[in-house]
Amino acid sequence: MKNFDVAVIGAGVIGCAVARELSRYRLTIGVLEKELDVACGNSSRNTGMLHAGFTYKPGSLKAECAVEGNQEFDQVAEELDVPFKRTGKLVVGFTEHDRENILKFKAIGEKNGVRGMRMVTKEEIRSIDEHAGGEFAMYVPDSGILDPMQYTIALAENAAKNGAEFLFGRKVTAIDRREDDYLIRTETGEEIRARWVINCAGMYAPEISEMLGYPCYPTKGFKGEYFVLDKKAGKYLGIPVYPAPNDKGGFMTHATPTVDGNVLVGPDSYVTEDREDYSVTKDHLDGLIEDGRKMFDHMESQYFIRNFAGIRWKRYDPQTGEILDFLLEADEAHPRTVNLVGIESPGITCALPLARRAVAKLVERENPAPNEAFDPRRPGIRRFSEMTAEEKKEAIAADPEYGEVVCRCESVTRAEIRQAIHNPLGVHTVTGIKNRTRATMGRCQGGYCETRITRMIEEELGIAPEDVRYSREGGYMFTGKVRDDR
Amino acid sequence: MREIDAVIIGGGPAGLSAAVRLWEKGVRNLLILEREHELGGILRQCIHDGFGLTRFGETLSGPEYAQRFIDLVEEYQIPYVTDATVIDITEDKKVTAACRDGLLEIQAKAVILTMGCRERTRGAIRIPGDRPAGVYTAGVAQAYINLQNRMVGREVVILGSGDIGMIMARRLTLEGAHVIGVFEVQPYASGLPRNILQCLDDYGIPLHLSHTVTEIRGRERLESVVISQVDERMNPIPGTEKEYPCDTLILSVGLIPENELSLSAGVQLDSRSKGAVVDEHHQTTVPGIFAAGNVLQVHDLVDFVSAEAEELADSAAAYLRDGELAECRLAVVTDGNVTHTIPQKISGTSDFKLSLRVRRPIKNCRIRLVQGGETVCERKMAKAIPAEMIQIPVKAARLKKGEDLEVKVEW
Amino acid sequence: MVRTFTCIMCPRGCSVTAEVSGTEVSSVEGNFCPKGREYVIQELTNPMRNIASSVLVEGGELPLASVRLNRPIPKDRIFDVMAEIRKIRLTAPVSIGQTALENVLGLGSDVIVTKNVREKH
Repeated sequence: MKNFDVAVIGAGVIGCAVARELSRYRLTIGVLEKELDVACGNSSRNTGMLHAGFTYKPGSLKAECAVEGNQEFDQVAEELDVPFKRTGKLVVGFTEHDRENILKFKAIGEKNGVRGMRMVTKEEIRSIDEHAGGEFAMYVPDSGILDPMQYTIALAENAAKNGAEFLFGRKVTAIDRREDDYLIRTETGEEIRARWVINCAGMYAPEISEMLGYPCYPTKGFKGEYFVLDKKAGKYLGIPVYPAPNDKGGFMTHATPTVDGNVLVGPDSYVTEDREDYSVTKDHLDGLIEDGRKMFDHMESQYFIRNFAGIRWKRYDPQTGEILDFLLEADEAHPRTVNLVGIESPGITCALPLARRAVAKLVERENPAPNEAFDPRRPGIRRFSEMTAEEKKEAIAADPEYGEVVCRCESVTRAEIRQAIHNPLGVHTVTGIKNRTRATMGRCQGGYCETRITRMIEEELGIAPEDVRYSREGGYMFTGKVRDDR
Repeated sequence: MREIDAVIIGGGPAGLSAAVRLWEKGVRNLLILEREHELGGILRQCIHDGFGLTRFGETLSGPEYAQRFIDLVEEYQIPYVTDATVIDITEDKKVTAACRDGLLEIQAKAVILTMGCRERTRGAIRIPGDRPAGVYTAGVAQAYINLQNRMVGREVVILGSGDIGMIMARRLTLEGAHVIGVFEVQPYASGLPRNILQCLDDYGIPLHLSHTVTEIRGRERLESVVISQVDERMNPIPGTEKEYPCDTLILSVGLIPENELSLSAGVQLDSRSKGAVVDEHHQTTVPGIFAAGNVLQVHDLVDFVSAEAEELADSAAAYLRDGELAECRLAVVTDGNVTHTIPQKISGTSDFKLSLRVRRPIKNCRIRLVQGGETVCERKMAKAIPAEMIQIPVKAARLKKGEDLEVKVEW
Repeated sequence: MVRTFTCIMCPRGCSVTAEVSGTEVSSVEGNFCPKGREYVIQELTNPMRNIASSVLVEGGELPLASVRLNRPIPKDRIFDVMAEIRKIRLTAPVSIGQTALENVLGLGSDVIVTKNVREKH
């Protein structure tokens, strides 16, 4: 039976950040994840914004962690080798009502400690981004864009490097509190012992919360759909341009550049009860096209390469319906547990600040010895597409597989795919390789490279065709061979 | 930096034909760059027969057709590099390719664009629903089955009646899969009539016109698709939804010329053909850069690809010899019944072959080429269908020098 | 009786209208070339088809070699022939034109290789 000092439930960005912060101490750490990779839920299904923190209620955990997470991110990105750009953001307005709302949030932002926000004129808007619309805008220099998959992977790999163990395909079904530890049961019938349990289960946090003896907090989902546009559209959008927020601080459909040069249009927002429903729907896609055109004048079908959906699973007050702040709790009635519930947007920005606060609960009580070998750095896979010509030559000389382009659209080489297949977490789904390298993410969507990637997965890992998975356990790629060669 | 007269980007049917013809025209300092381990391009996976009837008077499989040209490349000892992916072409014709030996950096006098095309994807046509495993484009399924010995599924729905989709319907059936049907959003098939007969009818596979997939269901592997009938504007008709359980969805919903390298070279594209704007020499808007085959316009027959690439080679050889080609200032203008033409510009002083496709099936029509109100050339057709490229040879003697050429479809 | 056929003799795919009674053809229309008439007669008496598939290659750079038939076979024997093709195992190298299976099921047609597959090194 596996036995850990700490079991982290959930390998989204929060669970991975918690594991990484825990790994600063001499603790045995197990991360239990129901899917086959990290970031399979909403950590990979969002806009990839590093939020500045001007829409969150002053004094809230969201506000505090967003500002803290934002302002430290240059160092985090550098340590963990995460694609990140501090682009700034324009919140543009057209009417006096827009101006009032923008100013209201500027005041909130200032109270929260957001730096450098300023109102700019139409002319200044154009000088910041020639394609941005709006009569006036608030410029928020601290906003940024990052690759949320890479960030989550980086946190996990850094945690793994510092000793954490990741257990995939482990859906937790029951937790028994015992004298000195917890007995965690998974869907597969496995039992895992852990002295501490930290609930980072995202949308499933209410159930885990209940298993730990906390309330099953009321939560509900707001689903949003997105368009991913070709990098050819990316040249028309240098920085995120958002419409003025509505009275509640929500943003309507917007266009955001990704750190890799694509454009995301979305999300919209509608209520959902199904936590596994990441489908996209005709009505919402049609709506995004209509709304997207107002914000981005190159919302054209020739640039459409993919759609996806994410769900913001929020905690709310059933009496008033009010959306509640992130919850982070730990008390003596539930010894050796930390409970994180209702963590949604801006969870990416808040991940490390929340993780530190969660880990502090354990440290306060246990005072564990520091992990002397802890290394905060995690190098990512070097990308051929981002190298200069000289660097490319050197890379190929050192590893000829850097000269074999596997994914044409994103210029991903065999060397990168190979490194991704042998990733430190032991992930080998097609989607896992995609999220680590960007292969299949381009305009042909794997039309050229997918066949090569699946073949490499089989060859590098020595697995049968039937065992290659697209992204989830039941998601087999092949039913077998056309001609049996045994 | 190596200096090469003609660099051919892509060793598929167009690139091979161009190379062979250039060699025969006396161009010796040339090089084919191919990203795959073998020459032959997409033909390597097109194992069905029907290739080469026009060209060789016999019906061959794709690999056999390609091998005829590869054999000539070998016989002439035309230089080629495989496993070399071109990553950049500049306007002044510097070509950079990555391969295991490093970066190949070449200064070319002429660049021949023969990169072929890619398949339109689910995202491009935004099919709603879940994102399970089991959704493949026809070409990807074809590569898995014919090149990699991997079977993609058992219960199959095919969306789109393109030729590859129909050919895959037959291929999957022969390998023991059950093809539930081919669904086409248009009111007519987009592939050739003979493929409807020999790939679908022969195997009892139904073709449902004016139908499309309106939802993909399955969170791990595909479990079913929802099919709806569409109205004349191709919008799904509410109430016509029908769910088909299946584990595989094959998409054959169109091909798009692969022109990212052309763009990096500053070549102007035609939004209708999605390929380069070319003149009657197959020269793009960048002098010395030429294009032919599926990178220029999507063809239905490889025989025509070879012919087009050979015409290109004749012009490119003349360009290399003379340093320039006759200027082409006259535009080829189309009416609303034509999707696009190749070329888009002509000189008015040379013979050329006009390629075009009609936008929808038209019976008993005539295609009339007009200059300044006068008919230059006319072709009567019992039926013109979008699946078939129409080619009309035009004689210089009939052309006027100062007038644009209008293409009219009348009935 | 008037019947319409799609001729598959070439990519032109003529739509051929024929006046037929049983297997007798009295007139054909719509065919671009004489093959159209031959095709209609064949189709009425004994429809013939070619098929393409793959066979296993041991020790090759590729796992499969593509094959086709050098002569068409009766349409209703396609799946019988497929069953035979499935049993074939070749050893690399193989080359285009090589006979993989002679006179399959006595139908007078050979299964021939349509792709060169080199030995794996």
